[in-house]
Amino acid sequence: MNQAPETMVIVERLVKRFTLHVQGGVMVPVFDGIDLAVARGECIVLGGPSGAGKSTLLRAVYGNYLPQGGRIRVRDGEGWVDVTGAEPRAILQLRRRTLGYVSQFLRVIPRVPTLDLVAAPLTDAGVRPAAARERAAALLDTLNIPARLWALPPATFSGGEQQRVNIARSFVVDYPILLLDEPTASLDADNRQVVVALIEAARARGAAILGIFHDAEVRRALATRVFDIEAAKAAA
Amino acid sequence: MSANRQDGPLLRVAGLGRDYGRIVGCREVSFELWPGEVLGIVGESGSGKTTLLKCASAQLEPTAGTVKFDMRARGLTDIWGLSEAERRMLMRTDWGIVHQNPRDGLRLGVSAGANVGERLMAVGARHYGEIRREASHWLGRVEIDTGRMDDLPETFSGGMLQRLQIARNLVTRPRLVFMDEPTSGLDVSVQARLLDLLRGLVADLGVACIVVTHDLGVVRLLAHRLMVMHRGRVVEHGLTDQVLDDPQHAYTQLLVSSILPV
Amino acid sequence: MTTADDGRLAGYNFAYLDEQTKRMIRRAVLKAVAIPGHQVPFGSREMPLPYGWGTGGIQVTASILGPRDVLKVIDQGADDTTNAVSIRRFFALTAGVATTEKTTEATIVQTRHRVPETRLTERQILVYQVPIPEPLRWLEPSEVETRKMHALAEYGVMHVRLYEDIAQHGRIAQTYDYPVEVAGRYLMRPSPVPKFDNPKLDNCPALQLFGAGREKRIYAVPPYTRVKSLDFDDHPFSVEGWDRACGLCGSTESYLDEMIVDDEGRRLFVCSDTDYCGQRQAAGHRGPANAPKEAAE
Repeated sequence: MNQAPETMVIVERLVKRFTLHVQGGVMVPVFDGIDLAVARGECIVLGGPSGAGKSTLLRAVYGNYLPQGGRIRVRDGEGWVDVTGAEPRAILQLRRRTLGYVSQFLRVIPRVPTLDLVAAPLTDAGVRPAAARERAAALLDTLNIPARLWALPPATFSGGEQQRVNIARSFVVDYPILLLDEPTASLDADNRQVVVALIEAARARGAAILGIFHDAEVRRALATRVFDIEAAKAAA
Repeated sequence: MSANRQDGPLLRVAGLGRDYGRIVGCREVSFELWPGEVLGIVGESGSGKTTLLKCASAQLEPTAGTVKFDMRARGLTDIWGLSEAERRMLMRTDWGIVHQNPRDGLRLGVSAGANVGERLMAVGARHYGEIRREASHWLGRVEIDTGRMDDLPETFSGGMLQRLQIARNLVTRPRLVFMDEPTSGLDVSVQARLLDLLRGLVADLGVACIVVTHDLGVVRLLAHRLMVMHRGRVVEHGLTDQVLDDPQHAYTQLLVSSILPV
Repeated sequence: MTTADDGRLAGYNFAYLDEQTKRMIRRAVLKAVAIPGHQVPFGSREMPLPYGWGTGGIQVTASILGPRDVLKVIDQGADDTTNAVSIRRFFALTAGVATTEKTTEATIVQTRHRVPETRLTERQILVYQVPIPEPLRWLEPSEVETRKMHALAEYGVMHVRLYEDIAQHGRIAQTYDYPVEVAGRYLMRPSPVPKFDNPKLDNCPALQLFGAGREKRIYAVPPYTRVKSLDFDDHPFSVEGWDRACGLCGSTESYLDEMIVDDEGRRLFVCSDTDYCGQRQAAGHRGPANAPKEAAE
């Protein structure tokens, strides 16, 4: 697999299956040896039917799912981190400054005001709180979250608002790599445009993006390449 | 903040075991803890998690294995190789121990301020005004009204007692805090507030923690890493969200699936 | 052993205790002197006084008493209170030793609750009666734990007590049995003497012995030992003062007792140390209530 300077993520011979011990040990295979590389400035859209393993692949790259075989390497600054074998603190470090992730489900820390929630990734990365909140505010504004909501925790927000807060958290830091799992789900057309613009801007500045978008229009607007999981599985 | 050596772990536990006669408390536990890391240890009653915590925090002597702590002057040191005086001093300064029942970790006969100031006095602080200022500062950090500083703990609610216990431990800016079920016994809303406080303090102070709990919500919120114990052994160990979202071991899967969704 | 003289009761060993017991107590005393302020356990015997009446002090005195010693016994500074009289008589009967009320004449002074005002000399021994020897008992009921705290010099908690006093009362409220640090190492209770007397323990030329009979402990402060009363940098140790002189001898430097002298409630402040007061009067000093023309009514 080529390690040209622009390559940011290398997935090699990835094997993932789930063994459900609680259901008598039934084994659910997902993939059995797929390869994928993502370069800077690419937005690779994962294609394939529901259940093919698109979310699983994203989660595996993020370190949230544990593969049974193969390797996932992520470029971190000058070096590479092997996500599949890394220590938890190394993965957390990676997530703080290199790997951004937007999921369909907002699992946020409760009782924290929205502005602080969005500013947190920046303060974790060492930015001064005042500057972090400023940037967070600008982003929330872009995403059409009204200022009167910023002091409230997002638990009571609508699905669309929660999703936009989620997105703000992942775009407040300029991550070199972005993993996006249905970021525009539950958004109306206008907000979808805003998010697409954000993603495109990230790609243009050189981020490597791996995403799942079920909306065909969004796919068309963003994809530089489509990676069909089913096809990849068949080839493995 | 404390000066940590970034090139090594803060705590190294190797082959730790503790038997009670023929009964296995915990066995063959090994892990490292790095500065600022929060390790959650979960398991059900009888899993050995409390035994493990007590052995790691020098409250109980293990029957096997070693516990080494990175002491300021001399690097990784076997804590059971220290003299009792050194060990007791360590437990009062660079370590914190938060008991499940805050009454076990407080002096109920003296005021809140005296409770918080005690560790300072134990290491030689002799200026009343300064001790009081420090105590007041830490009471504020744990969101206890400083006007209650001279009140006896018997007048405090359960949540306040727990927060007082935490302040009492943090006043010497320990690098490692052991917590045993810090939120159990508290009302749900009080638990939530305490967890928020802990999360904030841990992040601000960069203190490493080992938190024993049976509540997966606590670990989800607080812990960077998770160790799952079953029948005295560690059955799974990894990044918290990974262990909870993609549990590998049968027992972990059972534990995770047993939580009632709210 | 010499035979009895001067009204000594027959049938008792010298100073009541048998020689083996005295030997055991002297060993404890030696150990105590070697480790200033450290509490040494000893096999406290049944004495013909109940606990709380000075059995510890009596056993120590009995063990160090010799036929040529001159004994003074005071209680609250006075030689003529019941307790002092009883103990003095006890030793007169069982040891036949000379007794005195004059501090300057005594070789051994046994005391409860006061240190004599007259400065002691290297030739004297002061024996204190102690009810509770353990300074940390208020905080820690476990003997095992307090022993460990002493062994490891874990004394921070004593300052917690003082802190608490200041927080609750604005000042350190302990006015007697005020905790001290001996020779920079052990925390000690000086027995229930007023804190006014604490400075007298510091660098005292006399040997100071402390006996607790019920608790079965002996401790000691050797001559010229540093005895420091605990305090805070910004709340330093201070002694009581009176804004008046002793009514009888006019002293402005001694510890004064307040006495109600008649049914109308008239008060008189007099030295608690009766010998000291008497000596001063004998030397010609007079207090306001004792002027030649006025009678103290």
